[in-house]
Amino acid sequence: MIAVTDLYKKFGKNQVLTGLNLTIDGGGVFAVLGPNGSGKTTLIKSILGMVTMNRGEILVMENPVKTKWKYRKEINYLPQIANFPGNLKVKELIRMIIDLRQKPSDSERLIKMFKLEPFLDKKFSTLSGGTKQKVNLVLTFMFDSPLLILDEPTTGLDPAALIKLKELLQEEKKKGKTILVTSHILQFVEEVADEIVYLLEGKIYFKGGISQLKTMTKQTDFEHAIVAIATQEIHA
Amino acid sequence: MLKILKYSFYDLMRSRWSYVYFFFYLALGFVLLFLNNDVSKAVITLMNVIIVLVPLIATIFGVMYYYNSKEFTELLLAQPIKRTSIFLGQYFGVAGSLSLSLVLGLGIPFIFYGLFRSNAIWDFSLLLVTGGFLTLIFTALAFNIALSNENKIKGFGYAVLLWLFLAVIYDGLFLMSLIVFEEYPLDTFSLVSTMLNPIDLSRTLILLKLDISALLGYTGATFKKFFGTDFGFFVSMGILILWTIFPIWRLVYKARKKDF
Amino acid sequence: MKELVLVLLLLLGLFSHAKTIEICASCEVKTIKNGIVKASDFDTLLIKKGTYKEFNIIVDKPLTLLGENYPVIDGEDKGEIITIISDNVTVDGLFIINVGTSYTSDYAAVRVVKSKKFLIQNVVLEKLFFGIYLEKSRDGKVYHNKIIGDAVEEFNSGNGIQLWYCKNIEVEQNIVQHVRDGIYLEFSDDIIIKNNISSNNVRYGLHFMFSNNDIYEDNVFEKNGSGVAVMFSKKIKMYNNTFSENWGTASFGILLKEINDAEIIGNTFEQNTVGISIEGSNRIKYSKNDFINNGWALKVRGACYGNTFSSNNFMHNSFDVSYNSKLNDNLFQGNYWSKYTGYDLDKNGTGDVPYRPVKLFSYIVNRTPETIVLLRSLFMDIIDFSEKVSPVFTPDNLMDNAPLMKKM
Repeated sequence: MIAVTDLYKKFGKNQVLTGLNLTIDGGGVFAVLGPNGSGKTTLIKSILGMVTMNRGEILVMENPVKTKWKYRKEINYLPQIANFPGNLKVKELIRMIIDLRQKPSDSERLIKMFKLEPFLDKKFSTLSGGTKQKVNLVLTFMFDSPLLILDEPTTGLDPAALIKLKELLQEEKKKGKTILVTSHILQFVEEVADEIVYLLEGKIYFKGGISQLKTMTKQTDFEHAIVAIATQEIHA
Repeated sequence: MLKILKYSFYDLMRSRWSYVYFFFYLALGFVLLFLNNDVSKAVITLMNVIIVLVPLIATIFGVMYYYNSKEFTELLLAQPIKRTSIFLGQYFGVAGSLSLSLVLGLGIPFIFYGLFRSNAIWDFSLLLVTGGFLTLIFTALAFNIALSNENKIKGFGYAVLLWLFLAVIYDGLFLMSLIVFEEYPLDTFSLVSTMLNPIDLSRTLILLKLDISALLGYTGATFKKFFGTDFGFFVSMGILILWTIFPIWRLVYKARKKDF
Repeated sequence: MKELVLVLLLLLGLFSHAKTIEICASCEVKTIKNGIVKASDFDTLLIKKGTYKEFNIIVDKPLTLLGENYPVIDGEDKGEIITIISDNVTVDGLFIINVGTSYTSDYAAVRVVKSKKFLIQNVVLEKLFFGIYLEKSRDGKVYHNKIIGDAVEEFNSGNGIQLWYCKNIEVEQNIVQHVRDGIYLEFSDDIIIKNNISSNNVRYGLHFMFSNNDIYEDNVFEKNGSGVAVMFSKKIKMYNNTFSENWGTASFGILLKEINDAEIIGNTFEQNTVGISIEGSNRIKYSKNDFINNGWALKVRGACYGNTFSSNNFMHNSFDVSYNSKLNDNLFQGNYWSKYTGYDLDKNGTGDVPYRPVKLFSYIVNRTPETIVLLRSLFMDIIDFSEKVSPVFTPDNLMDNAPLMKKM
């Protein structure tokens, strides 16, 4: 599904990714973890083609990212911060995205699921942070694409919405989709993730299942395992 | 690209700045016509105003729109849309709505005061054409500045400086160099210097229309060829088009390379 | 005028006794020269339609040369065609072509030498060197002729209508095109030039040298090298003429050089490089003229004293007035200036702040002509404004204290 080879990227003097290699074959939820500034978002944006790489190659479904942007039709992306044009109404925003992507969508069901009906006629800038994130989720999940990339999907969500999100993820997983998630909420990661990709200093530090991680770090608790991985000299 | 253009355009059409700009021109048109009570005189006054004001508004508005629509851009970037389409769409959306405000804002009062019955119609069309070109050029320059500067305040500063330089300082330096080197033949130099500044270039187009009698008073052969025939008009128009294409091309180039 | 009418009546009276000689290819008299030899005083030569290849026709008797349906007199470029050396000669309705060009003598289509009471009318001249040349003659009239030359350069072309040492002559309703000077006057006084159209001439539409007390009115001067040059002359009256599109380096509507006590009233200057160029001219009254879309409405050079400019309209000129000195002894009062931006709070029809017609920029352009490309630049407006506030380079007393709020 995704093949990253020897990826380098620096912003100004700040070298963020240093020869990163990653292969994701498909099916299941992959959690990209790592401390702040380890390059999670940069990796995701590189896969999406939003950041231009200095060196290396990324193939998404056999398409090189650099030249063929059309592969992105097969990706649903949830940006980290729900920054949308403030003077558009929620309804218009959804309609606009559908118009832009020209794909069938099941926005109705998702709007109902997140109880967004009362907000449809409100301008986006008047919404609270959590509601904005719900709209963000609707926009991401309403299309049927084989690859989903979610950057911090839990930000600002209330418990009810969080449960809905998890249900959604399970649903998509059952359809055999590949889902890439970054999150700081480890409990959420533990619940949904099939595999962990741990980034440190611009490289993949660990890649494998949660149980594998636990045995390797000799920890029983996922949270502790994550903390331990950064301090121990372990290679995947 | 057309879709992005459509949405940018709609977005702008509902933002109050387009209206401010539109009503500003509307008021300017009516006030000038009311004070002069003479269409051709008002057109001449407007020409002087337009070549300075349009670039200022286009630069500031362009920079402002770019920074304000960052979210929109990010949303679009997350969608499967070609990058150049996003930026060109936004660019043409801004330039288009500015041009539309200009054309409507000035057109309505002038039509109201009997433009079609006066012989100033060609001067007025020239005014709108140069106004349109200046909008395209300076919006593109503004986008270039904004694309290269993440810092909003810096971007604004550069944009205003650019305007100040091209509208005023450039001519000051130009004048000084003409006076300092007055012993040498200067007509080619002065024509080339004019071509290097889009504001001066538009001014030349207007001079060709309004001040041809004065321009023909000068002896230089190059001047004579330039101002005495249609040559000057076509060269100026051609270079104005180049001036439009170049910043747009750089905009596309920059947009392709930029990280978000 | 009265005299002239009397003379004409007298002539008419005489005609009744005079005979008419017909000239044509099949007539008894086949050439004009032959006709003149056969004619007695006050006879009419009726020249019928046809082509007459003749030149050096000398009219030495008081005759009328009347053409019927415009007979062609073709000089075949051999020299002068008709020379009048007698008083009371009328030339009417001829089509004269191919006057010889010479660098030593000024061949003309029709020359009048030391004669009185002549009338040249309805004559068409083409392919000429000089057209109608009046020499030391007086009391005549040049009326309703059409002179179309093919002049390209000054040095090898002649003038359309030339007056040299003449007095009391009327030049009316003529059309003169494509010659060196449309109408040229040298040492000629009391001449009236009226209702002529002089256009596309290589040098001047009308040219005065050392001529006094002349009037020209209601003429049109268009697209000439320059409109009218008035030089070294006194008391010339210039009324209601139109000067337009006289374009080019040092082109002007009127050039005044060493002119005193003239009047320039009611003229229109439109789209000339310079409306009026003034050098060393004094006590001239400029009034009720329209200056529209000229490069420079007025260009004042050298010492000019005691001129008054009042009740003129200055509209949309690139420069209204340019001076090359800091001194001013001329009066500007009560003109309309389209560039005036003042106000009229006391509602008396004149602006409450004076208008300064001389801009700093016009001073700069005088010095460095290439700076003209900076016309209408914001930078120029700024420095013009600072000069307006405190004049340094331009005459500080040069201003219109009562600029009109509405055009005349």
